Amino acid sequence: MATIHVKRPELTFAEKLYIPEVVKGLAVTTRQLVKNVFTRKDITTRQYPEEKRPYPDRFRGRHRLMWDDDKNVRCVACMLCSTACPANCIHIVAGDRGDDKVEKYPVSFEIDLLVCIYCGFCEEACPCDAIRMDSGKHPLPSFSRDKQRIRKVQLLEEGDFSIARRGGRGT
Amino acid sequence: MSVGELILFGIIKFIAIVFGWVMLVATVLTLMERKQSAFMQNRVGPNRAFVFGKKFPLSAFIGHLLSDALKVLVKEDFEPPRANKWLHLLGPGIAVIPAWLLWVVIPFGPGPMPGAEGDHPFLIANLNVGVLFMFAVMSLSVYGATLGAWASNSAYSLLGGLRTAAQMISYEVTLGLNLVGVFMIFGSTRLNDIIWGQGQSAWGIFLQPVGFVLFLVASIAETKRAPFDLPEAESELAAGYFTEYSSMRFAVYSLGEFIGIVAVAAVAVCCFLGGWQIPWVETPVDASGVPIYGWLTVAQIAIFLFKMVIFIWLQMQIRWTLPRFRYDQLMKLGWLYLLPLSLLNLVVTAIIMYAVR
Ligand code: SF4
Ligand code: SF4
Repeated sequence: MATIHVKRPELTFAEKLYIPEVVKGLAVTTRQLVKNVFTRKDITTRQYPEEKRPYPDRFRGRHRLMWDDDKNVRCVACMLCSTACPANCIHIVAGDRGDDKVEKYPVSFEIDLLVCIYCGFCEEACPCDAIRMDSGKHPLPSFSRDKQRIRKVQLLEEGDFSIARRGGRGT
Repeated sequence: MSVGELILFGIIKFIAIVFGWVMLVATVLTLMERKQSAFMQNRVGPNRAFVFGKKFPLSAFIGHLLSDALKVLVKEDFEPPRANKWLHLLGPGIAVIPAWLLWVVIPFGPGPMPGAEGDHPFLIANLNVGVLFMFAVMSLSVYGATLGAWASNSAYSLLGGLRTAAQMISYEVTLGLNLVGVFMIFGSTRLNDIIWGQGQSAWGIFLQPVGFVLFLVASIAETKRAPFDLPEAESELAAGYFTEYSSMRFAVYSLGEFIGIVAVAAVAVCCFLGGWQIPWVETPVDASGVPIYGWLTVAQIAIFLFKMVIFIWLQMQIRWTLPRFRYDQLMKLGWLYLLPLSLLNLVVTAIIMYAVR
């Protein structure tokens, strides 16, 4: 590979003296200082917990499980999400729903939020819009690891009705 | 006055000045700096810790000071496993004591005119070597940093300590040489005499403009702040020579640095900005040359402190404006540019003084 000669900018004498440039820099910072002390015009800090910034629509937040028409869990325990999950943090135990069309339901559904990397693969994998990450919320801090494993009940609390059709072909 | 009284008064004055004013300023500076840098960078800085949660004016300010103090007092005092225990313990002390001693020769207010007999009420010790004492003590503060760094048995600290030693020794030369110009003009090393001289002719900044700029540069290097903060360059050395220090020992190191900043500001004000002289105001003296103290004295002390604040502000502003030098650039600047320039400044001053006389 040939050597690339980067052309360096030639400094003028005043720039080489350094002091005039220092004074120029001081002028800029002093201007900002005076302006911000007296008018607070340029301050861009947000006082976070009081003043929250809305997240973009596609922000992947804490998971939630959607409801079916009679407010039961919509998930059919197909295990697609836990298979797709690169962090292996979805733990589902399936049970018989007693329904010919939708055979299974999750007896327990746990997500370990400390392990989750918020990649969104689970919601993409889900065939019946049962798991979503659109709550727009952070995982909350807690004093024990166990509290960060969120369970089916908690996941359903944030849920909502979905207009998507559940089940395979012909249902 | 007997010797015992002299010593007693000296100690009282020392405690009043060092603990009443200097430590206070240094503590407030730790927060002021964070506030100032925040506003310069379009942020708001610390504004959360209110005193008992009550929002009155300055509540956040005092709250942060108090909580910082509490924090350094109750944090774990960690000592690295294979550190040299005693030196590690002594390091911060060796660093902070010279910073306190600097204040012995700084006059806060008007004293007797040069040559006149009398006590100086605003000076702890009227030494005839004056500023030279200050330089002697200042060079001792290198030991605190270097010993503490070596004792903590860590590569970061050691590098920081080495850099401190090299940098402080290099820039002390320039710092001292630039004051020599002032000594030559006013014919004394006592700050009191120099300030009287400035009242009679002109402020040092007009008589020694080059000297002032060089002094400013060297003083920033002496106090180890950006753009000369290589001894504690965060990006390379964690925290430099006090990387291994925590809790109160860490706080003592940084307080020592802040006291150094205030001390350098005081010297600069005394030598270049006219000390306690108010422009166009004559200090009234009685027949023997001792000033008549009154309300004007209070104003003069206030203006001295005000000038100090301005100089400290300038130092901080520079610290938050300029990026850090590379190490070779630092040494080159010190030895190849600043030192010859200050020597040249001395020669020119001597020639002009000879010609004028
Ligand atoms: S977001 Fe990714 S890591 Fe988290 S549960 Fe879903 S698939 Fe697993
Ligand atoms: S992919 Fe959807 S339906 Fe299947 S187990 Fe996961 S959440 Fe339930």
